[in-house]
Amino acid sequence: MADISANFLGIKSPNPFWLASAPPTDKKYNVLRAFEAGWGGVVWKTLGSQVKNVSSRYSAVDFNGGRVMGFNNIELISDRPLDINLKEIAECVRLFPDRAMIVSLMADNDKESWHELIKKVEDTGAHGFELNFGCPHGMTERGMGAAVGQDPLIAKMVVEWVMEAATIPVITKLTPNVHSVVPTGQACVEAGTNALSLINTIQSVTGIDLDSFVPNPNVGGKSAFGGYCGPAVKPIALKMLTTIAQNPITSKVPISGIGGISTWRDAVEFMLLGSTTVQVCTAAMKHGFRIVEDMNEGLNNWMDEKGFRTINDFIGKSVNTLTNWEDLDINYHIIAKINQDKCIHCGLCYIACEDTSHQSINLAYGKPYNTYSVKEEECVGCNLCKLVCPVENCITMEVHRKGEEYLNWKEFQRRGLPLNDH
Amino acid sequence: MAVFQGSPAGNLWKTGRTLIPPLLNEIPLMAITNNKLTNDQYSQNFSDIHPPFENKTAAQVDANRCLFCYDAPCTKSCPTSINIPKFIKQISSDNIKGSAHTIFISNIMGAGCSKVCPVEKLCEGACVYNLLEEEPIPIAKLQRYSTEQAMDNKWKLFDRKPSNGKKVAVVGAGPAGLSCAHVLSREGIDVTIFEKEPKGGGLMTYGIAAYKVTPEFCEDEVNYITSIGGIEIKYNHALGKEITLDQLQKSYDAVYLGIGVGVARQLDIPGEEMEGVVDAIGFIYNLRANGYPSVPVGDKVAVIGMGMTAIDAATQAKRLGAKEVTLVYRRTEAEKPCTDVELDIAKLDGCEIIWLAAPKEVKGNGNKVTQLVCSKMKLGEPDASGRRSPVDTGETFALDVDMVIKAAGQVPFQELVDQYQINNKNGRITIDNNATSIKGVYAGGDCVNGGKEVVDAVQAGKDGAAAILKYLFP
Repeated sequence: MADISANFLGIKSPNPFWLASAPPTDKKYNVLRAFEAGWGGVVWKTLGSQVKNVSSRYSAVDFNGGRVMGFNNIELISDRPLDINLKEIAECVRLFPDRAMIVSLMADNDKESWHELIKKVEDTGAHGFELNFGCPHGMTERGMGAAVGQDPLIAKMVVEWVMEAATIPVITKLTPNVHSVVPTGQACVEAGTNALSLINTIQSVTGIDLDSFVPNPNVGGKSAFGGYCGPAVKPIALKMLTTIAQNPITSKVPISGIGGISTWRDAVEFMLLGSTTVQVCTAAMKHGFRIVEDMNEGLNNWMDEKGFRTINDFIGKSVNTLTNWEDLDINYHIIAKINQDKCIHCGLCYIACEDTSHQSINLAYGKPYNTYSVKEEECVGCNLCKLVCPVENCITMEVHRKGEEYLNWKEFQRRGLPLNDH
Repeated sequence: MAVFQGSPAGNLWKTGRTLIPPLLNEIPLMAITNNKLTNDQYSQNFSDIHPPFENKTAAQVDANRCLFCYDAPCTKSCPTSINIPKFIKQISSDNIKGSAHTIFISNIMGAGCSKVCPVEKLCEGACVYNLLEEEPIPIAKLQRYSTEQAMDNKWKLFDRKPSNGKKVAVVGAGPAGLSCAHVLSREGIDVTIFEKEPKGGGLMTYGIAAYKVTPEFCEDEVNYITSIGGIEIKYNHALGKEITLDQLQKSYDAVYLGIGVGVARQLDIPGEEMEGVVDAIGFIYNLRANGYPSVPVGDKVAVIGMGMTAIDAATQAKRLGAKEVTLVYRRTEAEKPCTDVELDIAKLDGCEIIWLAAPKEVKGNGNKVTQLVCSKMKLGEPDASGRRSPVDTGETFALDVDMVIKAAGQVPFQELVDQYQINNKNGRITIDNNATSIKGVYAGGDCVNGGKEVVDAVQAGKDGAAAILKYLFP
């Protein structure tokens, strides 16, 4: 049985699964339910500036009958009285001392406000802070949230204020609503943040009601850009995470990964790219806290299968497998192979290749079932057929190297080898 | 509610309801009588055997399972080549009008076919999910989802071209005739259909089990098809009686014969003329035309044959209140013309089945049937159809019955086609590229193929229309 516990800057949790700062963590009632369900930690919904919310607040993107592939919200930071939040945080810490209690902060834009807030929260016994430099709506217009995270200089200044006062670990949460998360990440690390977390939500319009012509979510006939999250954003989050994990400055601090994590598999991917813990919100909002059961069990089983004793055995293991395009091996070549015993003759590989790729699949007419086979000499090894095939392991990509040696683009060019020759 | 004796418990999941038998004290001993059940019992026994989707979400769950195959096996297995992946995709995108149009452009009786097609041997039987040992996409149910909305909302999905002055007579308002008429009307031809019955739809209206389609549905379907305009149906006009082929040839630019098949095949056994021996089409016709309570049914019924009509007759007899229904078939299960799904319906209704039995004699008390004597058969060499022929073993057995329903196929209108000197083979009209031996006269459907599915007749109607258009506009 593997040890799935996490140690994040000395903050311990029985598993690496934390609930992200969001509606599921905005009060004692939810947080106690989460801890009872087995979550390793929570990031308490952002405390700070005074706000007032609107209705409605959420919208979603469905895909082929599946609900909430993407999720969007225009809710603001906590709208509950600060003293009640603080009292409840302290109670949660007392009742579940083995769980991580991080509190998300977003004070008004002056040093005193930040210092005052930090002092009050530290008195609750919380284990760490997460600075909300990412909220993309409502707070931005007032110079907070993403407005801080989008400007490395401002972010640096705020982190410096925080570090003057904080005596417990500080995580800075980055906004993805930038060209690159690295400049702000670097600025925050240089200003002394103890850790980074990413990504916050991505500004979005999830859709428009074709009857009312108003985008979602509808607030009395109008809408506003909301923060996008859920499974749809995971690939974007993984890319941004990689840039932080690979950068010499930002990679010095631990990372808490966020963005579309719904299962233990998603979590492992974030951890392979450098996250020590992961944070979940949308999946819990869709299914409730019980999803953590399978996350715990799945991670454990996978680690046992792979022979990993602790999560540190694999954190960051894939970071260096992402390289620059020009370092990829041009001599590596794969060709699709269709297993005729498994093929169900749906023709999806054929039509995808024929219409949109390299016309590398042959169709032999049959009634009702056609036979499909790969024209090996035409196949460029793009994976498309394999990706659209509905049958597991029916199409496999077989390695047929073009040459023995590793040959990258730079060397290829240096030798004057032929280009545009397909 | 009375519990049906002898019906497997599986009946409930299959048909969604319990078959209601008559109460014992209501039945006189061994007699062919009508009115065996109450109105509630009739309506429950004849309610829809394949209920539709309850709501949009349910339809979309199944629509989204569809893989959207290329050159799809389902489409290739549909005699009318409905673009099935496309119409299902259109359900997914909530473009139901588009979905219905995709169905109707290939099969104008797509609504009826969604209820009566033996899909297990056509589209659904070819669904690639079968190859994964998974349930196929419920194509018929999805087709019903779209077409029913189109009919209920009277969506106008087709515009006919302006009238071009050409006139075509269609004989028979069954699937072949209606399909032909619709294509011709779309092309601007004025069509007159001559129908011998008081209602359109042909065997769809008169020859199919009532739990598959209701008379009201059939009437709605005919009205929906003809709502395009340019199609007039003259009911109670039989070829050879109220109208003649010569008249039609004189008054119209072309003629299409979709006259179907007629009387039931005779058994040619002693006692066949006795009271209580009826033919299946007549029996179902009666049921459909006159209503359930008016149709007499025996207490112990033998049904001869194992085609779709035999199954329909057997299940309908049972559902009308017969205590025992026995299907008698000359060959074995392997050679049966009906599908497994159909056979299951009969079994779940509690019908008995005797394989390798051929009717030899009907015995009676006076003129009333009391027994069906059958020869025990065994399988011999394959015949022309490739099926092994039954051979008499010389042994016999007798079934105590008070009614015998003949469902051993139907015979074409040989006299009629001979009368007009139309080339035919045993009454089945011979066609060359949809044209009969008489210039300007085309034919298709059961009167040509001897009796196949509704969907085959619809395709024949399309083919006939295409040939007529080529003839009229060379």
